[in-house]
Amino acid sequence: MIRDALSRGTILFLLSLGAALMLLPFAWMISTSLKAPNEVMLMPPKWMPSEWHWDNYVRALTMAPFGRYFLNSVLVTALSTLGELITTILAAYAFARLSFWGRDFLFSLLLGTMMVPGEVLLVPNYVTLARLGWIDRYEALIIPWTASVFAIFLLRQHFLFVPKELGYAARVDGAGDFRFLWTIMVPIVRPAIVTIVVLKAIGSWNAFLWPLIVTNSREMRTLPVGLTAFTTEAGTAYELLMAASAFVIVPMIVLYLLLQRSIVEGLARTGIKG
Amino acid sequence: MPDKPNLRSTAKAFVYLAPALLVLGTFTIYPIVESFLLSFYTDYDYFHDRVYRLGFDNYLYLLKDPEFHLALRNTAVFVIGVVPISIALSLGIALMLYRPIPLRSFFRTVYFLPTVTSVVAVAVVWRWIFHSDYGLLNFGLGLLGIQPVRWLTDPRWALPALILFAIWKSLGYNIVLFLAGLSNIPETYHLAARLDRAGPWRRFWSITFPLLWPTTFFVSIVSIIGAFKVFDEVYALFGGSPGPLSSALTLVYYIFVKFYREQDYAVASAAAYVLFLITFLLTVIQLWIGRKRTAV
Repeated sequence: MIRDALSRGTILFLLSLGAALMLLPFAWMISTSLKAPNEVMLMPPKWMPSEWHWDNYVRALTMAPFGRYFLNSVLVTALSTLGELITTILAAYAFARLSFWGRDFLFSLLLGTMMVPGEVLLVPNYVTLARLGWIDRYEALIIPWTASVFAIFLLRQHFLFVPKELGYAARVDGAGDFRFLWTIMVPIVRPAIVTIVVLKAIGSWNAFLWPLIVTNSREMRTLPVGLTAFTTEAGTAYELLMAASAFVIVPMIVLYLLLQRSIVEGLARTGIKG
Repeated sequence: MPDKPNLRSTAKAFVYLAPALLVLGTFTIYPIVESFLLSFYTDYDYFHDRVYRLGFDNYLYLLKDPEFHLALRNTAVFVIGVVPISIALSLGIALMLYRPIPLRSFFRTVYFLPTVTSVVAVAVVWRWIFHSDYGLLNFGLGLLGIQPVRWLTDPRWALPALILFAIWKSLGYNIVLFLAGLSNIPETYHLAARLDRAGPWRRFWSITFPLLWPTTFFVSIVSIIGAFKVFDEVYALFGGSPGPLSSALTLVYYIFVKFYREQDYAVASAAAYVLFLITFLLTVIQLWIGRKRTAV
């Protein structure tokens, strides 16, 4: 294969070149974010700041209410993830272990909705939220995202693999379905639950179009929406723009480095679903 | 755990299903139907729920609207520009990363980095890289003796800039999928081919490529559908505009403009259903070919 066709050195060289190109934007962001204003717009560019201006971060983050944006993002991510987890565990259990009329029909119907692009839902959902009086409120940012067909499907598949005998044993010991679900089933499928949480948290943290549409006031913006607004607020002060971007990006990178294995496996798993 | 459903077991199951069904019913199933109906409203007062006339006018409007044609064309160029290059590059990188090599886990981490970061935040960084006078990209091109390009302000270069950014962003995810696909190919085939003295290229084209085909096909469909829905990248890269002279107006951006800026809900819904039709056909092709392969 490629490995025999190219020498080890060539492969290492190509991979390093690619890695440098992948990393360059991040490095350039950090470098620019620490420069004095007069060192930002130079040609040829100055690779490293001659003095590290950490105060750029203070200036950028106080120019717009980034603290508030950050709290909004944390709140929205945490609550929509928690909500999705609860609705998913309950619904997946019903589909995997309870028998009821219309089960297969309902399950196919839900799977069918996965084919519909989210953009189709935009207009009616906006109107529904307006009628509920939820526009520009946390409800609009959280509640529509507290259930996911994909997550239900994924968890149901994992519940199906748990031996049925476990349920019978629990029943003999006097545990009802509800207790059995939370104390036995949920701990068994922990890897799948971690996958669901990680994917949801990344998706929710990075979500853009929806928060852009349902928020009007500055106080309700999430980080991505606040950051795009900041690009007009900061004008050409690129050192401040880069500091603000780093403020959004760096926590994600740290989290990714800590949880790398579950994130990558989770994404690979979603790919294999087809 | 009763095996046959009865009234009691059904009632119980629906208690478990209620929270999910309430949310999905309101925010997924109802809007799918509502949006479809809305796309046929030609005279209506949406907030008061009054419809005076139905018809195909919204779709006819799309058929004639030059902006919509532009959006379709731009989206098609974007898909054709991003998907093949992204797939070729990520397949090559996955093949190099597949077997032990020094720093392998470091490389995997690095290539995956853009995938987990917010599109909007990295787009802000790329705006700076694309800067006509002080951007890193034009500096690099200058070293090669190429004149500076006005990436984000010249209508001819807006789409290429968007494509470049999208390729950078999409590589990591595709690499992960290819690595998963490669790990499913049994090593024995390669050993057998080696015994028959098949060279590296022969082995790639006769073993790896055909056995990896389901993965490649899947990655292609997922990438094409994803690329058809591009929006965040456009909004963030061009600062809330669809590029100079709408040169980066995409299908979803068009829906966004009709819905949010012009409050033309019916046309927005019709355009969204055109998008649905495109992604639906792609999904059907995928399922059809997937089924044919498993039947063989």
